[in-house]
Amino acid sequence: MSFTLTDLWVILGCGAVTLLSRVFPFALLKKFQLPAGVIDFLTFVPIAIMTALCCQSLLVVHPGHWATLNLANCLAAIPATLAGILTKSLLAVVVVGIMAMALIRYFQWG
Amino acid sequence: MTPELTFRTGLKDVLPTVFGYIGVGLAFGIVAHTSHLSLLMVAGLSFVVYAGSAQFIITSMLLAGNPLSAIFFSTFLVNSRMILMSTSLAQYFRHESLGKNLLLGALVTDETFALAMNKQNVTGGRLSFAWQNAANLVAYLVWGVSTVVGAILGGLIANPEQFGFDFALTAMFIGLVYLQLISDKHLGLTLQLLVMGFVALLYYLTLRVLDANLALLVATIGGCLFGMEVKKCHLH
Repeated sequence: MSFTLTDLWVILGCGAVTLLSRVFPFALLKKFQLPAGVIDFLTFVPIAIMTALCCQSLLVVHPGHWATLNLANCLAAIPATLAGILTKSLLAVVVVGIMAMALIRYFQWG
Repeated sequence: MTPELTFRTGLKDVLPTVFGYIGVGLAFGIVAHTSHLSLLMVAGLSFVVYAGSAQFIITSMLLAGNPLSAIFFSTFLVNSRMILMSTSLAQYFRHESLGKNLLLGALVTDETFALAMNKQNVTGGRLSFAWQNAANLVAYLVWGVSTVVGAILGGLIANPEQFGFDFALTAMFIGLVYLQLISDKHLGLTLQLLVMGFVALLYYLTLRVLDANLALLVATIGGCLFGMEVKKCHLH
């Protein structure tokens, strides 16, 4: 449980890799104007990336085979989505989702 | 969400996502504790690397004794989506100074990016440094503190999942994707639904042959290209 030299390298190395991925586009766009095609491409990034992130938590990966549904997450997603449609509030979606998941775990439905 | 773009509004708008950070942050701290990471390492990962999913992967790779090079590469892979998000987000801050751009860029996350995209739907395509900075700072501090608290609690709570907190992150993305869907008047509902369906299908298909993080990237890029094509066909 002590802090090792490897730990230090991991923090510095991974920190640098992550920081560059985040900051580089900001520095670049300050200098250069993006071509219209790229801007058009980027307008689809939010919906595409958020959908992919949702799918990631609703599926269970089995390398070399088809992924299966994460049943507990899919079940909890139903009331969470309904809360979103009814209230249009992010907070409501999160709170309803957590409560639904606690119930699912309690009754072991997933 | 109001169209106001002050620091205070930023603090208010980021509040719902805080639950996700606390839930997952505590979970990370507990996992890190049971994986024998020191408290200093947990704090270092959260405050220096600051990358939710990558931190879980780094922890498991450290536990499995992977070489540094493999850990660095995995981190790059998991975080490569940030290049796409930062490129999208940076367009809104071109008029700000380089220093402000670098500060915003350094603290971009999936959640603050998605929040910003929702926000610009109600502000007529504008964002401000003060608003984004407030959202970023709250997310950063809440994440870091939650993971450290989680690591300390690690010895006390055996099974945090029973309270459903691990679902906070998924719920948040469901909420964000729904709000994006109904509020992006520029792309419209039909086109966005088509893109969503395409991304989901492509992600499912590529997941069979690719690592989950690569599949995420392929599905995202594929979805954007698909959207561009559909939009073109529709216009002609």
